Amino acid sequence: MKKQRCLVCGYEYDPEAGDPGNGVAPGTAWEDVPDDWCCPVCGAGKDEFEEV
Amino acid sequence: MKPVELAKNVYWVGAIDWLTRDFHGYSTKRGTTYNAYLIVDEKITLIDTVKAPYRSELMHHIRAIIDPKKIDYLVVNHVEMDHSGSLPEVVKEIEPEKVICSKMGHKALLKHFHQEDWPYHIVTPGEELSLGEKTLNFLETRMLHWPDSMFTYIKEDQIVFSSDAFGQHLGTSERFDDEVNQDVLMYESTKYYANILTLYSPIVKKLIAQIEEMQLPIKMIAPDHGVIWRKNPGKIIDAYSRWCVNEGKGNALIIYDTMWESTRKMAKAIAEGLQEKGVSYKLLDLQVNHRSDVMTDVLDASAVILGCSTLNNGLLPRMAGFLMYMRGLRPTNILGAAFGSFGWSGEAVKLMNKSMQEMKFTMIHKGLRVQYVPEDVHLRECVELGHTVAEALEDLKAGKEVVSVE
Repeated sequence: MKKQRCLVCGYEYDPEAGDPGNGVAPGTAWEDVPDDWCCPVCGAGKDEFEEV
Repeated sequence: MKPVELAKNVYWVGAIDWLTRDFHGYSTKRGTTYNAYLIVDEKITLIDTVKAPYRSELMHHIRAIIDPKKIDYLVVNHVEMDHSGSLPEVVKEIEPEKVICSKMGHKALLKHFHQEDWPYHIVTPGEELSLGEKTLNFLETRMLHWPDSMFTYIKEDQIVFSSDAFGQHLGTSERFDDEVNQDVLMYESTKYYANILTLYSPIVKKLIAQIEEMQLPIKMIAPDHGVIWRKNPGKIIDAYSRWCVNEGKGNALIIYDTMWESTRKMAKAIAEGLQEKGVSYKLLDLQVNHRSDVMTDVLDASAVILGCSTLNNGLLPRMAGFLMYMRGLRPTNILGAAFGSFGWSGEAVKLMNKSMQEMKFTMIHKGLRVQYVPEDVHLRECVELGHTVAEALEDLKAGKEVVSVE
């Protein structure tokens, strides 16, 4: 599973790790991350991420 | 400098830095200020502190109004050291009841000062906090300028304490926008946006839309650097609305460095081509122009033409440094082209092209290289390059699509 990088702050979403602090379980593929999830560092939306 | 009153019982208590000329690589020819604000109410509140060496000035200003030990709340809008450097000493001295910060601010404070036991109060978005007669609101503004950044707003006085946003590095005895030269004020505001905020333009755009949507009445904007916008806060909001969409003025910049004058000759010939077609341009030699001044011009430029000689199979170090700096600031909506003289290998043009492609510039020329010293035929090619840029700028102005060359 590929990582996604936030174009605003540089945070990387790693599907293996997920984002448990914000309700995204480890192992969640990018496509399955909810649309209203936002970058845990800067608050950017999913549309501001690109594949690493 | 005495404390200055912004509104009844709201004071500027910061410090003026007349000395700093280099702010982590940004040239601050006019110095700067570290603004902190004191609200005297039932709960006395200090908004932000100052860079560590200026702590005594801050405390002196506070003491002119009240005994610092009476401060109840300390608001940290931004954790960067120029606003928080004196925080540990200030917290020790005033022993506040609350240290108010955003969620990311809490994390950043712990990682900076390693104090688990400060009385942190993490604000929730939209939270209101009554100080007695006045009420504070907080607005999270992540990445303006760091993840921890937030704005604080006094509802009754309609003052926004905007932290790094809307600021300028401008050291003056005056504290308000209407007291300073307007051209200097707007130049320093532009330079600040260009060198600090360009990469966060998408967030600035959202923030401005959010402020409009909230219909927040704003009487004054009090940033953490420079003067306070009391006469015309709309002026800086309008400027941010323009800058955040990176709209060019239809002009071109020729930014270059040269070893033995050949690349400079090429630069001048390109300028001639632009001039012939009526394009406004600037020749910016990196030997005499500071990178942060050049970036100020890039903010509203429509075309950037980069020139560099090849040195040891690479770029001259000033151009390499400039490219690294510009790349981090991510300007958008720019037409690009490259040129340069070389001796035997000539990698510089390719490297500049690659860098501009990575910055998503629209490349309008494959690049122009000249071995050793240009002669007339080469200089005519440079003039032609100027014409090509001018034509692309014309197309842009006419609303036509300009596509990158392969």
